Amino acid sequence: MANWLFLIPLAPLVAAVVNFVLGRWFIRDRAHWLGILGVGVSFVLSVIVFAQVHGGTVPLSQHLYTWIPAGDFQIPVTLTVDQLTAVMLLVVSGVSLLVHVYSVGYMQGDTGFYRFFSYLPLFVFSMLMLVLASNYLLLFVFWEGVGLCSYLLIGFWFRRLSAANAAKKAFIVNRVGDLGFGIGIMFIFVKVGSLDYSRVFAAVPQLPQGAVTLIALLLFTGAIGKSAQIPLFVWLPDAMEGPTPVSALIHAATMVTAGIFMVARSFPIFSASHTAMLVVAIVGAATAFVAATIGVTQYDIKKVIAYSTVSQLGYMAFALGVGAWAAAIFHLMTHAFFKGLLFLGAGSVIHGMHDEQDMRFMGGLKKFMPITFWTFLIGAAANAGIVPLAGFWSKDETIVGAWAGGYPIVAIVGLIAAFFTSVYMFRVVFLTFLGEERFDHDHVHPHESPPWMTVPLLILAIGAGLAGFLGFPPEHGFIQNFLGPVFSVSGAAVEHHVSLTTTLTFGVISTLIALSGVFLTWRAYVTRTLVPDAIAARLGPLYRLSFRKWYFDEIYERLVVHPLYLTSVFLWRVVDVHIIDGTVNGVAGVVSFTSERWRRAQTGLLANYALAIALGAVVIVAVYLIIDSSLIR
Amino acid sequence: MTHLTADHFLLLSAALFIVGMVGVLTRRNVLVIFMCVELMLNAVNVSFIGFAWEQNSMVGQTFALFVVAVAAAEAVVGLGIIMALSRRVDTVDIDQVRELRE
Repeated sequence: MANWLFLIPLAPLVAAVVNFVLGRWFIRDRAHWLGILGVGVSFVLSVIVFAQVHGGTVPLSQHLYTWIPAGDFQIPVTLTVDQLTAVMLLVVSGVSLLVHVYSVGYMQGDTGFYRFFSYLPLFVFSMLMLVLASNYLLLFVFWEGVGLCSYLLIGFWFRRLSAANAAKKAFIVNRVGDLGFGIGIMFIFVKVGSLDYSRVFAAVPQLPQGAVTLIALLLFTGAIGKSAQIPLFVWLPDAMEGPTPVSALIHAATMVTAGIFMVARSFPIFSASHTAMLVVAIVGAATAFVAATIGVTQYDIKKVIAYSTVSQLGYMAFALGVGAWAAAIFHLMTHAFFKGLLFLGAGSVIHGMHDEQDMRFMGGLKKFMPITFWTFLIGAAANAGIVPLAGFWSKDETIVGAWAGGYPIVAIVGLIAAFFTSVYMFRVVFLTFLGEERFDHDHVHPHESPPWMTVPLLILAIGAGLAGFLGFPPEHGFIQNFLGPVFSVSGAAVEHHVSLTTTLTFGVISTLIALSGVFLTWRAYVTRTLVPDAIAARLGPLYRLSFRKWYFDEIYERLVVHPLYLTSVFLWRVVDVHIIDGTVNGVAGVVSFTSERWRRAQTGLLANYALAIALGAVVIVAVYLIIDSSLIR
Repeated sequence: MTHLTADHFLLLSAALFIVGMVGVLTRRNVLVIFMCVELMLNAVNVSFIGFAWEQNSMVGQTFALFVVAVAAAEAVVGLGIIMALSRRVDTVDIDQVRELRE
């Protein structure tokens, strides 16, 4: 029992509502205090919860009320915290708090300041409820809730057409995944009769194999949408139209990991279906590879980091697919640190460069913004998997997990993607912070960001540097032991005991791969002994494939968007105008035509009316007499 | 000398009614039409009285009294309308008043 759990999501909700209602007239540019306070309360409580969960074994829970009481079918609003939730709570509230602080500096002077600090806590509320939910329906409600906040925040600068379009794209693409997710939940209800996690998981062994596979795949469809896996990842890079703190919080650290969280949460379902696991692993590995190759050729600093996010989500997904549950959550956690850091660093660069995002017009920023440079470097190195930063430990864990779980191809794809990761990450660092200054000195005066922004960077840099040691020694670190009880409840999780040699071998291999990437980019962008354009020309079609993002958008445009557009035009021009409007107008036309004819009967002459009345009376009497006589006689 | 029967009353009533109806249908002076309507009402009264006389019952006479009362009320309203009409269009010729057509 823990009857104060409700305070964790409530605090940001209150901040969001108050800022939304009063922000415009009364709070205005003081809105951040409420936001930071609300999220701060959540963070402190999350730390307490984490400590409590660490000590005990029984999940904490609090029943708030029953949302849908319908006979046997009950949807209670119950908050539950086990080890998995506790980790998610810490990550969500911690990163949210830092992003809130950062946003004070980044959003300063924006006309929608209060609106920003109303949407952002609303997102935190939805995300916290998502991880705290104890049944699939509640999860789904807040799954949509974070989707809504994502939409609102991507389209925050809605006067810009591209931002409004990106928001719509994110929302619509997510609908595709959510459709599958929704059907999956209904299917669970049909098969099990309940949506409570514990009852569903208890019922899994009794279900036929096909049903379990179908449920798992449908649930994973939702994760594909939300966590930006192939083939639905196209919305995430476009989502970078939103303000940078939003990209850091929603589209890197928290919301996009909801899919990973959901699959991890449903691990008894997934681990009961070999087919579903295989699909998850393949999709994850493909995403990790494809997104990493795209990242190498992009020029927009935020886009590169966005593709990096997609790629890292792919790592998490394949870790789930190979059964390395703890590794996936570990990577999710370290990723939240270093990717949040990278986005906030990129935001700091964009802020200092007066809203320039194209790396071709940057360069040499190291001396103008040293704090941003060093923290960004730590984040990039962590992402690239350089020893001993966070990304190294967790990414290695996923790759070793794939190898040990019997998916050597997945592990190799992971290693290849790791090479590209290192290349695109250090390409950003070198293009942005080193080399010649390619910006216009007359108009752009780069400057370091205010403390509101640099302090969160420093804190996240510490996290990105040290979070990896939570997983040290590999396989038996703090985080693995902490998460252990969650993933062995039903004994379904298969423990792969990895020999020290394997771990070390992979550690060395991935370090070498990462360093070779760094070396290559160093030569290409700093010493200029390699010419990137020449390499691009040599690679020809491969380069274009990467630069055009594997033509995903073009294919969707051709196969989905354009046919849908034509269908809509057909429905409008033919069905709506001619058939629907035609029917309505036709009815009106018939009525009007008939009345026009009947109107002639009205002469206005009293004598006519009187005659009609008299004749009518005569007729009625005549009829009456005829009928009467025939009936009686 | 023949006896007075209900038939005599009914014949008188029918004659009066037809006179009234023909007047309503053919005359154009609105006052005359109005008087013809009164005639028709009283034709009905005559038949009521006739039946009451034959049946030796008070019901028909009571009805006749009611009709007289209603006819009086109707006369007030009808004459009022005719007054207003003649003031407005300065005529009592009913064919000149065809506003109902539109």
